[in-house]
Amino acid sequence: MSKLLSAKSKQVLLGPLSKNNPIMVQVLGICSALAVTAKLEPALVMGLSVTIIVALSNVIISLLRNTIPNRIRIIVQLVVVAALVTVVSEFLKAFAYDVSVQLSVYIGLIITNCILMGRLEAFAMGNKPWESFLDGIGNGIGYAWILAAVAFVRELLGSGTLLNYRIIPQSFYDAGYVNNGMMMMPPMALILVACLIWIHRAANKDLQEK
Amino acid sequence: MNTNKNSYTIIYAAVMVVVVALLLALVSGILKEKQTANVELDKKKQILSSLNISTAGQDAEALYNQYIPKAIIINYRGEVISDDRDKAFNVDIAKEMSKPLEKRELPVYLATVEGQTKYILSLRGAGLWGPIWGYISFNEDKNTVFGSYFMHASETPGLGAEIATKHFQNEFINKKIKNAENKFVSIAVVKPGQQAEGKDYVDGISGGTITSHGVDVMLMKSIGQYENFLGQVTDGGMQNE
Repeated sequence: MSKLLSAKSKQVLLGPLSKNNPIMVQVLGICSALAVTAKLEPALVMGLSVTIIVALSNVIISLLRNTIPNRIRIIVQLVVVAALVTVVSEFLKAFAYDVSVQLSVYIGLIITNCILMGRLEAFAMGNKPWESFLDGIGNGIGYAWILAAVAFVRELLGSGTLLNYRIIPQSFYDAGYVNNGMMMMPPMALILVACLIWIHRAANKDLQEK
Repeated sequence: MNTNKNSYTIIYAAVMVVVVALLLALVSGILKEKQTANVELDKKKQILSSLNISTAGQDAEALYNQYIPKAIIINYRGEVISDDRDKAFNVDIAKEMSKPLEKRELPVYLATVEGQTKYILSLRGAGLWGPIWGYISFNEDKNTVFGSYFMHASETPGLGAEIATKHFQNEFINKKIKNAENKFVSIAVVKPGQQAEGKDYVDGISGGTITSHGVDVMLMKSIGQYENFLGQVTDGGMQNE
């Protein structure tokens, strides 16, 4: 086990969860963070799908890294990602039809997620398959937990539910409590992400620019 | 090996494209049957949902066979052109609605709920981002709504997507699509708080104005093409009025 997770591997796996988070520090993948976080459930499935796809495409690109012609490397990366996304989407349609209906266009939009291209170009092109796999898992989870955190706040305050179960009791509404419609609007996701970045930077002084 | 040569790049790209195409074709081919079955089962669940029958955790196939023993295809004049149940089920309403009215083949599902006949019509329209569709069931008088079901491809979660909730769909129950003169006027979807003149109406979704309007237009156009069929009311139904 110690060989599987050396100090470097651990850094590769755990770094993206906080100090090197794709959303909070690299500010990648913001577009989908706005689109799928109005409810918690699609956010979780999206996070899981991105984690699987970024890990697998990292491994594939890493295996091919010495054969890929430099001039078309972005195209090769794009083809690998697009093929994987299509395969995942087909499997969802066959074995988890309800989930695929719920996510509708978002699964296809994983192709355009900047985190994927970013990790392939910055990491998988220059590292061994195992490290690339860990890097993919780390970044995927780093992305997923931010999505889950934002969706948690938006669904709770915007709809009064979590995973479609009512959390805020009816008596609150009877007493005049109103759901915050602003939370349903995409800009609120941006503001919440900004708040997360603020807290994160306040807690990690080394991230602050001089 | 020199990976920067033109010939290498071209061969690499060609091989990659062929390999990926084969892989995708293979996956699609293997999963096709299961996906089609899923789509058909989902359609049956949607139709049952328009009868207010929940299929959660139940055998939707068996329920469908139990409640919907018959389905027919009619033309715009309301004449039956086929009573083949499977053929009616497989009608693609989106395709039919792109044809001129005279050439359309429209499915009607005849359900039996607690001994009463219900007529289920197919709906298809456009929301804000993509298509919306659904099913609406009528009582024997072909006027009073028994239940409805709406679904969308890509409306905004929390806003337009709320048309897919039972909360919105249940608003339609017991609304009438004909006015006092027995003419088809559809059911309006209006902004909450507003009213519609001369016809029944339900409250639209706050923040989902365009999708709500899409439902309004969908009801008018989709039910409208069945107008002649809905005009043929059996005597029993008329006397109940």
